[in-house]
Amino acid sequence: MSDGLMVDVAGLTVDFKGPKGPIRAVDGVDLHLKRGETVALLGESGSGKSVTLRSLMRLHPSSARIGGKVEVDGRDVLKLSSRELAGLRGPIVSMIFQDPGLAFDPVYRIGDQIMEAVRRHEKLSKAEARARALALFERVRIPSPDKRLDNYPHEMSGGMRQRAMIALALACRPKVLLADEPTTALDATVQIQVLLLLRELQRELGLAVVFVTHDIGVAVEVADRIAVMYAGRIVEMGPARDVIREPRHPYTQGLLLSRASHAPTPGARLAAIPGAPPDLADLPPGCSFRPRCGHAIDDCAELQPEAVSVGAAHFARCIRTRTTAEAYEAVGA
Amino acid sequence: MIIGEPAPPPGGPTRDRGGPGQPLLSVKGLIKHFGQKKGFLTKAGPVVRAVDGVDFDVAKGETLGIVGESGCGKSTTARLVMQIIKPDAGEILFDGEAVGSRALELNAFRRQVQMVFQDSYASLNPRLTVEDTIAFGPRVHGATRRAAATRAHDLLHRVGLEPARFAGRYPHELSGGQRQRVNIARALALDPRLLILDEAVSALDKSVEAQVLNLLLDLKDEFGLTYMFISHDLNVVRFMSNRVMVMYLGKVAEFGPSEALFETPRHPYTGALLASMPSMDPDARTEVAPLAGDPPNPINPPPGCRFNPRCAKSAALCAHEEPTLLAAGEGDHRAACWLVDPSSGHPRLAA
Repeated sequence: MSDGLMVDVAGLTVDFKGPKGPIRAVDGVDLHLKRGETVALLGESGSGKSVTLRSLMRLHPSSARIGGKVEVDGRDVLKLSSRELAGLRGPIVSMIFQDPGLAFDPVYRIGDQIMEAVRRHEKLSKAEARARALALFERVRIPSPDKRLDNYPHEMSGGMRQRAMIALALACRPKVLLADEPTTALDATVQIQVLLLLRELQRELGLAVVFVTHDIGVAVEVADRIAVMYAGRIVEMGPARDVIREPRHPYTQGLLLSRASHAPTPGARLAAIPGAPPDLADLPPGCSFRPRCGHAIDDCAELQPEAVSVGAAHFARCIRTRTTAEAYEAVGA
Repeated sequence: MIIGEPAPPPGGPTRDRGGPGQPLLSVKGLIKHFGQKKGFLTKAGPVVRAVDGVDFDVAKGETLGIVGESGCGKSTTARLVMQIIKPDAGEILFDGEAVGSRALELNAFRRQVQMVFQDSYASLNPRLTVEDTIAFGPRVHGATRRAAATRAHDLLHRVGLEPARFAGRYPHELSGGQRQRVNIARALALDPRLLILDEAVSALDKSVEAQVLNLLLDLKDEFGLTYMFISHDLNVVRFMSNRVMVMYLGKVAEFGPSEALFETPRHPYTGALLASMPSMDPDARTEVAPLAGDPPNPINPPPGCRFNPRCAKSAALCAHEEPTLLAAGEGDHRAACWLVDPSSGHPRLAA
């Protein structure tokens, strides 16, 4: 294990086959998580946030080409055999998804599915596995847990199914939890319950959590650090507080300023980011955000911007961070 | 007509009749229950009380926001207004005329009310080009091929899609934001007066969502439109709406001017909904969830106030007597809660 890191990703690249040659979905991502730390990967569709997350469990189709270093709990994920990989998925890393309907088999009882997962990895009797499943259901606060273990997935409401999936993910006592938009499909009053539950479990179990979301508000609720992704790269990363209060990358600033809750008066227009999200098959040279950026200069087209330190453990991939800092102060955000 | 040379709808343009004081849309006692009704040989099955007695009106030129969680009946309400599904009971008046009556036949009504849905891909015909999609409505209603094409190009331009580049494309060749712009253009093709936007921006990326919201505001001004804006995103509803209706299990919980409703919510459910929004402040994260459990199923709504099993302020009264919408504050701010009725005898009023 290197330096006590639970997740150690460096120079991660993921290429998928495209109609006109390979498409680079993730381009040089570095991500380090200590035990008990939560990082939110924030980005829009196609930014590479989910692809990055799936790399940590090597869940990509075999046609995908993964480069760089991916270590989880000291294991080199990219070099594991499929047998070793099965030993990693569950006891070391597990994942929760947006749609719990897809994570459960509809024709088996939920309790049986959790017991199966436990018994696949640990030598437990059926009774012991059921006791574990029951304890998990209590843990994620499913009401009348003993009865609910015998439910089929369709017999549960959306919020309860999401809790059951969290129980399944925790069944083998993982050290790292990967969350892929787990609350996006939930109603507002249920979303906050699930977020608080995840935060509490993370704290009690000392989990390292990578939380993928497109919603800044959700990221703020769960994360210690926020990494903003754009076109396959982390363009800004830092402590949640600093990224929200003092964003330095123009894309992060744009996301914060274009929120409807930030509108000056009703009926006024939002400060929308112009242009369209990037086409990964046809990225501009230099900074990928340049075509949509109000601060772009000729130099931005020259090179991929390096990470510039803009505060303690806070960096932005932008060559104009001084200008963007002043501009953001000026709009009084 | 506002742009280009669109063909006037057959029967002549049916514009404003009742003057600005008359609501564009007025809905009274709207009810829709889904499920099996008792027949000659069939037993009655469980009934989903999707919309269970809803009254509201939409003033000319305003945006009425509708919020609520899944199962609250907001989309069913939209579909009932559109006459996509038939209400079991209730009256829908459009500019003073009953929809479906001889004075306002369904065809004439549908030209004036259009809808934009959440799923931008499913709502477009994959085999029609963008131009044919937008021109389809005017063609059906009697425009010449050339007039309809001109109208389609004008509208594409208006929604920010360069006609020369986009007119010949198919839906799969567009991004989600572009497709939703096409859906908006299509909805405008018959020069409607009321646009129902059912989660129309919910599936879009945040940076694109802001662009489309701005576009909707521009189009509203330019075409003199009235919107019904349905969304689960309270921030967006607050930004877009003049007045807001909060629904819970098929009923209206609260109704009022946007600012008043968001600043001083009078129904405990509205308060809980607002408190459930992520805080956006890393130093003041939410610590306690405002509500426990999921929204209940509208199959067997609880007796009394439908919110009472989840309500922190619930009293014995709430479990057996159902509150009606009562005036609660300035303007037409109304809430269906015993706490706004000083004579209700709710124990918290005495305190």
